[in-house]
Amino acid sequence: MTDTRAAATRPDKPDSQLRAIWQQFRTHTGAVVGLTILAILVILVLIGPFAWNPGKPSVLEALKSKNLGPSLRHPLGTDQIGRDLLTRMIQAGKVSLAVGFVAMAISILFGTTIGILAGYFRRLDGPLMRLTDVFLALPLIPLLLVLMMLFRDKVAALTGPELGVFLLIVMAIGVTSWMQTARIVRGEVLALKEREYVLAARSIGTPPRRLILRHILPNVVSPVMVAATLGIADAIITESVLSFLGLGFPPDFPTWGRLLFDGVEYMQLYPVRVIWPGLAISLTVLSVNYIGDGLRDALDPRIRGR
Amino acid sequence: MTEPALDRRTGESPVTPLVQVTDLKMYFPIYTGILRRHTGDVKAVDGVSFSIQPGETLGLVGESGCGKSTVGRALLRLYDPTAGQVMIGGDDVTRLQGEALRKKRPQMQMVFQDPQASLNPRMSVAEIIGEPLLEHTTLSAQERQARVFELMDQVGLNRRFANRFPHEFSGGQRQRIGIARALALNPRFIVCDEPIAALDVSIQAQVVNLLEDLQDRLGLTYLFISHDLSMVRHIADRVAVMYLGRIAELSPRDALYDRPLHPYAEALLSAVPEPDPAAEASRDRIILSGDVPSPANPPRGCNFCTRCPRVMDICRQVKPELLQVEPDRWVACHLYTSAGATGTGKPSSTNDKTRIQQGEDA
Repeated sequence: MTDTRAAATRPDKPDSQLRAIWQQFRTHTGAVVGLTILAILVILVLIGPFAWNPGKPSVLEALKSKNLGPSLRHPLGTDQIGRDLLTRMIQAGKVSLAVGFVAMAISILFGTTIGILAGYFRRLDGPLMRLTDVFLALPLIPLLLVLMMLFRDKVAALTGPELGVFLLIVMAIGVTSWMQTARIVRGEVLALKEREYVLAARSIGTPPRRLILRHILPNVVSPVMVAATLGIADAIITESVLSFLGLGFPPDFPTWGRLLFDGVEYMQLYPVRVIWPGLAISLTVLSVNYIGDGLRDALDPRIRGR
Repeated sequence: MTEPALDRRTGESPVTPLVQVTDLKMYFPIYTGILRRHTGDVKAVDGVSFSIQPGETLGLVGESGCGKSTVGRALLRLYDPTAGQVMIGGDDVTRLQGEALRKKRPQMQMVFQDPQASLNPRMSVAEIIGEPLLEHTTLSAQERQARVFELMDQVGLNRRFANRFPHEFSGGQRQRIGIARALALNPRFIVCDEPIAALDVSIQAQVVNLLEDLQDRLGLTYLFISHDLSMVRHIADRVAVMYLGRIAELSPRDALYDRPLHPYAEALLSAVPEPDPAAEASRDRIILSGDVPSPANPPRGCNFCTRCPRVMDICRQVKPELLQVEPDRWVACHLYTSAGATGTGKPSSTNDKTRIQQGEDA
């Protein structure tokens, strides 16, 4: 028995897969930098409101402090009605990050599920792919606008205005952005299910459910990861478009996208006003992209071995 | 039983065959036009019958695209056969459904052609070999690991490799992993689908010897699909020669290699390279002209009639049945039937013939 145990531990390689994945991830410089930046952003957004609270200015103060440049009192300056930009950035970040990640998760969930079902089960292929085509053919922005208009008040009545709008926005973005993922995943699955190891699993008698989870899903991780990282950026931008059109979050409720659009008007006079939210969005998107890249490599044993 | 169920080695007591295939047909439908109408079938396997005794190795040879692999896969119900019956260990595999089929699967396993493609690149060796155990047994994780190690020992893999991934192995080692996976559930019948075709020649011998060794130790029954005629000669007890979805000849190995009866088998065997240059120079090779007809539109008569050097009129009209023309030798050729018995063959009297489709005991 001890002999068996001794043989089970591999001397030349780490035993736990999680540790192996983490070790490979750490060798990817871009991914580590990305993870650090994203972690800093998240921490800033989470503890920011407690660490930085300049208090609500009086009307007179607000009138006097319109469009100020950076100063000690207002590190990022103030906007056209005298609000502290750093405070707004922090508040906005919470919403934007949450919308980005949740909407991405929803869209990846939909896309992967539909893609796998369509690719694996031939009978579902036609209907599901036609459904995908229908969604692709729908004009997205008008559809979102109609969705928001129809359901905003009803959902808000159920869950409260802010959570209601949040839920509605992430759902709306999620269900209108899964199509690319579904198509990519279906293509991959069509190729994968003809591979001999899938055939081998069938000859063993693995039922379709476990076959998909064990053999197909892990092998479509790469394209899904790429779609996911791009999806976050898309979701943040789409949310800002909605807010800009007045159908997203209410105007006094800041998001990075909204700050960006507010700043556009004053861009020539005060370029800082667009630079900060733009920078935040770009940093998030870029770091998520690199994390996805590193994760994809780390999850692939063929790359991990090197 | 369609074939005389005699134990070939002793020639005495009838043994029930482990695998009994009767008139197996596997058609792949062709859909054409805007309406995707069913306009025809690719007849990949068109009425194949044979049986395999327990402990026997049946070689299945033929050129590319003749339906060898399709037979193997249809036998294990990886495809749903169009017609026919496949009895394995007393159950008709073509009729089993759902859970019954799943319960049957441990008895029949498969070794695949491409060891690279048949192993999931994201699973470790222990996971790959352990998958059948996970699916069909209730072993604890530790018992499963012990069994995985036992299997790795059996196929000659170092236990230390258990946590490695398939890409870290050579072709021969990967094929050993595939064999270990097939063995995991103690199957009685293994379909070897060109298990050596993707390997180096030096490794081929190792793998074939491993398969033979396992057969001796575990009493396995093989269907050995290959296009490597010399390897089949080495491992098989009996050999079936396939052409365009049908069996041309089914004979004991030595008889077939000494004196092939079917013209196609003759041509195929004459293509085996001869190591001796002197013999090679004086050897008569039968060179067939033309191409294999499309399996979507096979000839009306004998499938081989378009290329057969000894074709007769009747060959273009009537499909020959697979008949026993000599003890244990089955040939589908009009040269050996009374209808075409003008040739050089040795037509036995009609009474001796057993028509395979009738399913009588001979």
